[in-house]
Amino acid sequence: MKNTTQNYGWIAKSLHWVSAVVVIGMFASGWWMVELNYYSDWYRTAPFIHKSVGVLLLLLTLLRLCWKANNMSPDAVGNAFEQFMAKAAHTVLYLLIVVICVSGYLISTADGRGIEVFNWFVLPSFGELFVQQADTSGLIHKFSAYGLMGLVLLHALAALKHHFIDKDNTLKRML
Amino acid sequence: MKKLILTAAFLGALSTTASAAEYEIDTKGAHAFINFKTSHLGVSWLTGRFNTFEGSFNYDGKSYDNAQIEVNIDTTSIDSNHAERDKHLRGGDFLNVGKFPTAKFVSSKIIDKGNGKLEVKGAFTLHGTTKNIVIDAQKIGEGKDPWGGYRAGFSGTTEIRLADYGMKEVLGPTTVMLDLHVEGIRK
Repeated sequence: MKNTTQNYGWIAKSLHWVSAVVVIGMFASGWWMVELNYYSDWYRTAPFIHKSVGVLLLLLTLLRLCWKANNMSPDAVGNAFEQFMAKAAHTVLYLLIVVICVSGYLISTADGRGIEVFNWFVLPSFGELFVQQADTSGLIHKFSAYGLMGLVLLHALAALKHHFIDKDNTLKRML
Repeated sequence: MKKLILTAAFLGALSTTASAAEYEIDTKGAHAFINFKTSHLGVSWLTGRFNTFEGSFNYDGKSYDNAQIEVNIDTTSIDSNHAERDKHLRGGDFLNVGKFPTAKFVSSKIIDKGNGKLEVKGAFTLHGTTKNIVIDAQKIGEGKDPWGGYRAGFSGTTEIRLADYGMKEVLGPTTVMLDLHVEGIRK
């Protein structure tokens, strides 16, 4: 269940791969839904699902960071430079996920309305915390998402490089 | 010489009367409103307003021959009571406020149609495009306020089409009714 020096435990693996699927799905749905025609069947449902999943992703990410903080990580692979870069990339990945979730929340809650999460519960609003909140948060949301996708690509390429070129266990220990 | 001074004094008095007819629209006290409404799916009206604008008008209390009004609107201040919709309205599909942060109306001629009804002709600039429009207006009232000032108020409506101002009309052919209520304090 817990991580070891050689492997990630199944909880860390589950959190990682669920996040991976959700993050990519959120980017795709966000990319697609902002261009929807007003008269599309999805015009109201797509943002509803996107926002609901986004709130759950934030909760999942916070849970993931708690789990990570109370757990060892498998020994890092590579030289000092590679280890530093990997650590930095991972930190920024987490940071961007949180920034994107929070900025998304700030767009929708700028008028005092909370966010309905799948008709299960409503995440309340803090109201307008700064001027032009919806627009500014919208820009942060968009460009952080582009940045995250770039980093996700780098992250995946690095994992494949470790697996196929260096032939070490970096990818395998997460599978 | 005496005659000249008298004439000067007389001219001075004349010009004071003329400038006394200048009013500043009371946006500070929020006694002025620029509202809009547009059809929602043909079943109802969606209304909203611009929260930030400023302007002034000239009105001597008798005729409208020299009357004039100018209003500048901060388009970023659009407010339809829904943050997500307002963000959309400020974006590229509609007002594109990043590029066109102000809208403006400057009257060219005001025609008195009797019974307090007015026709205000002028140029309206929105989304970087200027068109001549006519506002159907009326005088509401004027007089001293309880705090030592003098006020006059007008209201007017006009209808514009988004396509006329170079907007894409992503909702299909869209007209918007603009409703103006302006109360001025004499300077």
